[in-house]
Amino acid sequence: METRIRIFLLSGLLALSGCATTRGAEPASGSATTGSGVDSSSVITPQVERREVRVADIDTENWEAGAYIGSLSVEDFEVNVVYGARLAYHISEDFFAEALYGMSDAGISSYERLSGSAPLLTDSEREFRYYSLGFGWNVLPGEVFLGGTRAYNSAVYLTAGAGSTRFAGDDRFTVTLGAGARVLVKDWLAAHLDIRDHILEVDVVGKSKQTHNFEATVSLTAFF
Amino acid sequence: MLALLLCVLPTGLNAAPVTVSVADPYLELHTGPGRGYPITHVVARGEEVSVLKRRTDWFKIRDDRGREGWAHRDQMATTLTPAGTALAINDPSREQFGEHQREVGVLAGDLEGANVLTAYGSYAFNPHLAAELRLSHLLGNSSDGTIAALGLTHVFRPDWRVQPFVSIGTGMIHIQPKATLVQTPDRTDQLAYVGAGIKAYLSRRFIFRAEYNKYVVFTDRDDNEEANEWKLGFAFFF
Repeated sequence: METRIRIFLLSGLLALSGCATTRGAEPASGSATTGSGVDSSSVITPQVERREVRVADIDTENWEAGAYIGSLSVEDFEVNVVYGARLAYHISEDFFAEALYGMSDAGISSYERLSGSAPLLTDSEREFRYYSLGFGWNVLPGEVFLGGTRAYNSAVYLTAGAGSTRFAGDDRFTVTLGAGARVLVKDWLAAHLDIRDHILEVDVVGKSKQTHNFEATVSLTAFF
Repeated sequence: MLALLLCVLPTGLNAAPVTVSVADPYLELHTGPGRGYPITHVVARGEEVSVLKRRTDWFKIRDDRGREGWAHRDQMATTLTPAGTALAINDPSREQFGEHQREVGVLAGDLEGANVLTAYGSYAFNPHLAAELRLSHLLGNSSDGTIAALGLTHVFRPDWRVQPFVSIGTGMIHIQPKATLVQTPDRTDQLAYVGAGIKAYLSRRFIFRAEYNKYVVFTDRDDNEEANEWKLGFAFFF
């Protein structure tokens, strides 16, 4: 510790003395040039060729956009066709951010079918619309082999997001958890298979309850 | 949200690929843009390669024998352009964090017991002061709502890695009671907010953001309403 302080003090002293010498030297050298009458800059003219450093214009492909179709099980309200759009931004080779928007129409509940009573929901209230913003992690990057000569890059990923679902006439806070597999058919074109669970509270039958709405979709996305 | 994202998309694609020569002893070519993909080719020092595209940290290149593969950014940074300079890869860095102009992000949190999801975009006039547009979706037990607000944020120390900021602004709030409750009319009121928070640099162009806001809703009843909001989220800058 003591040696460190000593080094610090010594280096401080050196720095100070250095400043003092350069200060002292300045006027002397100035008088020398005026005395001889020769401009020091004309003795050696620097021939510096300035290179322009430009950022290389390389096409980056970190965005991914596409559409999906599949089936969605709306809890108590049958399994229905779902279609949607997906936009992702690849942050690194491991992580990506994604936004989803999906649409489906819920069917008729078993209760409505069996009891023959008045429908619980109107047609417009049966519309199931959701959005989700979240992150994904490419857990298992790899390759898919078709036959002996073809290999396609692939990845299995996990996703988690939060968003909102419009169902039964209200917007409902939704947590979306999922897993998927992506196969790159071309460098810029990917085919996906996704399983997602949309977790939300629904109060159609009077009491609010947590519902799990599973979805399986296939999609095509393009990198740009 | 889409509009916010679209405004930050990269523009302008190059026609001719960039050509560089390998300066490392060799350049390793992977089959895919990731460290787990096998290396199938190497390009020796002095050979020229064309850079076709880039995905995250990986560059797709083609050598003069037509072989293609993906090389990592760290190796590409040592390659030389025809001018003899190192390939300039201008990735956002910690230094640019304090000087960025555009920022887009999403936050989630709590506003008086309701879940709130916010997307925002901001434009900085200088390193300290930025205009910010926020769109929030409120999801409560008894009502839903949306808030659109425009405000100013002031960053005290743009040179710090964790930057404290304060904000002030005004906007509109639309509240819609839940369909299952007794029908009460929707309300639209003006509001104002003050807030404080932090922005922390994570890596590349990513920021972690945490903030507290206090809202005053100017209702047409006798009393104004006050609301507290906490939220956390991520943003990226350009």
